[in-house]
Amino acid sequence: MKKYKHNIDSEIAYTHLFSKKKQTLVAALGVTVGIAIFIFMNSLMNGFEVSSVESLFKSTPHLRIYKNDALSKSLVVSTDSSKINLISNPKITSESKKIVNPIQLLKLIKNEPEVVGVTPSVSGNVFYKNGDSEVAGRISGVVIEEQNAMFNLQSYIVDGHYSNLSDYQNGIIIGVGIAEKLNLKVNDNLTVTSAMGVNKLMKIVALLQTGNANIDKTLAYVNLPNAQQLQKQNPSYITDIYVNFKNYEQTKSYISKYQQLTGYDIEDWETANAAAAAANKMRKMMAMAISMSIMLVAAFGIYNILNMTIMEKLNDIAILKALGFSGKDIVKIFVTEAIIIGLIGIAFGLVLAVILINLMSNMWVGGDVGFFPIRVFPKYFGIGIVFGLVVTFLAGYLPARKAALLDPISIFRK
Amino acid sequence: MTHSNIILSAKGIGKYFYEPEKFKVLTDISFDINRGEFVTMIGKSGSGKSTLLYLLSTMDTEYEGNLTFDGENLTQQTKERLAVIRNEKIGFVFQFHYLLPEFSCLKNVMIPALKLGEYSREEIEHKAYKTLEMLGLKDQALKSASKLSGGQQQRVAIARALINDPKIIMGDEPTGNLDTKNTSIVFDIFKQLTSEFNQTVVAVTHDNDFAKASDRIIEMADGRIVG
Ligand SMILES: Nc1ncnc2c1ncn2[C@@H]1O[C@H](COP(=O)(O)OP(=O)(O)OP(=O)(O)O)[C@@H](O)[C@H]1O
Ligand SMILES: [Mg+2]
Repeated sequence: MKKYKHNIDSEIAYTHLFSKKKQTLVAALGVTVGIAIFIFMNSLMNGFEVSSVESLFKSTPHLRIYKNDALSKSLVVSTDSSKINLISNPKITSESKKIVNPIQLLKLIKNEPEVVGVTPSVSGNVFYKNGDSEVAGRISGVVIEEQNAMFNLQSYIVDGHYSNLSDYQNGIIIGVGIAEKLNLKVNDNLTVTSAMGVNKLMKIVALLQTGNANIDKTLAYVNLPNAQQLQKQNPSYITDIYVNFKNYEQTKSYISKYQQLTGYDIEDWETANAAAAAANKMRKMMAMAISMSIMLVAAFGIYNILNMTIMEKLNDIAILKALGFSGKDIVKIFVTEAIIIGLIGIAFGLVLAVILINLMSNMWVGGDVGFFPIRVFPKYFGIGIVFGLVVTFLAGYLPARKAALLDPISIFRK
Repeated sequence: MTHSNIILSAKGIGKYFYEPEKFKVLTDISFDINRGEFVTMIGKSGSGKSTLLYLLSTMDTEYEGNLTFDGENLTQQTKERLAVIRNEKIGFVFQFHYLLPEFSCLKNVMIPALKLGEYSREEIEHKAYKTLEMLGLKDQALKSASKLSGGQQQRVAIARALINDPKIIMGDEPTGNLDTKNTSIVFDIFKQLTSEFNQTVVAVTHDNDFAKASDRIIEMADGRIVG
């Protein structure tokens, strides 16, 4: 019976689109705006998010392994009444704060698959002195190259160069706050005095500025041996091991594993920065809520304009049905139209999104942020395309299906 | 059964409209129409002629009673099957023209045949041209359908109804907008289709001469057949 397949459905769809070019373009523009705003807003929030997280991890590792001050047990109560109870004077044990055999532990951790960075550190409280003025602070003995790899030290060095620390055994990198208070600049000398009473004359090789005033006013980096000497300790003395993972969000799930692996205390970044972590969580939830709202608004806009385009063709649907086109044909014709409008709209939408992102990324914010931290996240372009296609498909399918189920005459009577 | 001489049979057809209030437009309509018959339907305005024709052409499926067409019980068919029947076996001319405005006249005529897929595109185009020529529209063929006069549009609609060589052609005042010359052209075409090609024509008309020249007249009044 049916000898030829003339593809009349697609032909009708194309004719509808081409004979009303203006209307097609307006509908496509509706899609464009929806998609562009969706991608742009998501990139905006994600860029902000990424930069906030980056600034958080400038000074905090994902995981810190350390040994807490341990008290000798003050009271050991024997359950056996015939035994004598031992009472002792509670006191911090001499072995406290020290991680035993750190070299092997570092190796062990480095071999874990989820780890991207490990570095040892010795920290202690000190006074920085220049002449009569002095500032209290916290000094960190580090392996500078490892420290830089993990915390991107170089990005907040404002004067000098971080790698100078490996050239000068007695070099020191100090926060700009300290330098200002003590009136010091690069290549000047300053005296560091530890709580153990050790004095060291050190040469400033670089200044750092994290943007966090508290850190900038107290923190200094020196080579590991210097920090050990300031604490009157031998070269195997390590107070902290810093660990970074591939995905910082999974840190919580690794805590117990590293507790067992090392036998020491563990502090994850969320505990160390409770306030920042809470702010981070809040930002994420806000971003999610905004993203959902934008999706809803964009979907509604796209759906509406396409739906309107189809409703205007209702009379054509009735005529086609009268001529013997089935419900399936009708759905096919109008889904084809919606998808083509959608594809045109999405294509322009992607271009518009790139333009908007570029404009935004050229806006100067200042501070330690610089330009607004937005960039092209391929993920959101992908989601945007899928989202656009799903919405345009539904916007074509739902009204067409509704019309397809009606008798042709009941459409004319509307 | 397909070879029975009755092409269309209505048994006890009734239909209600519910807006603005429930009222019965068609009451107990029964008749048989034979193959090759040229039937006209007359009656006062509002007597229910268009409503009945929509039921007969399967475009309205809300009715009581039973319809049989070409050996098939229409009342039990799915919407998909009814669409196939309309495409293949029924040519319909609306009281108002109802062409697809975005397409040329030629395309409007070709569309049902392209959907049917029995002939090649070239054959269909050739046939559409011929039919338009017969109705005096050859020079209008490539014009957009929305740019024609009322009478021209009506003739395009007639050409479109004829393109698939349907078993039955139903027209709701198919000559309502035509002058006497074109009316007689259409009448002659209908006459030829029924007598020479055994196709069937059911046409609603207000034109008494047109009706009298047909094979049979069905007269309606207040939703009933009165003659
Ligand atoms: N959709 C509808 N809803 C309610 N009543 C309707 C509807 N369509 C038609 N009617 C009513 O049904 C009756 C029959 O209408 P119909 O169109 O069948 O008349 P007709 O015989 O074709 O008239 P005409 O010769 O003017 O075309 C009329 O009273 C009309 O008002
Ligand atoms: Mg009528």
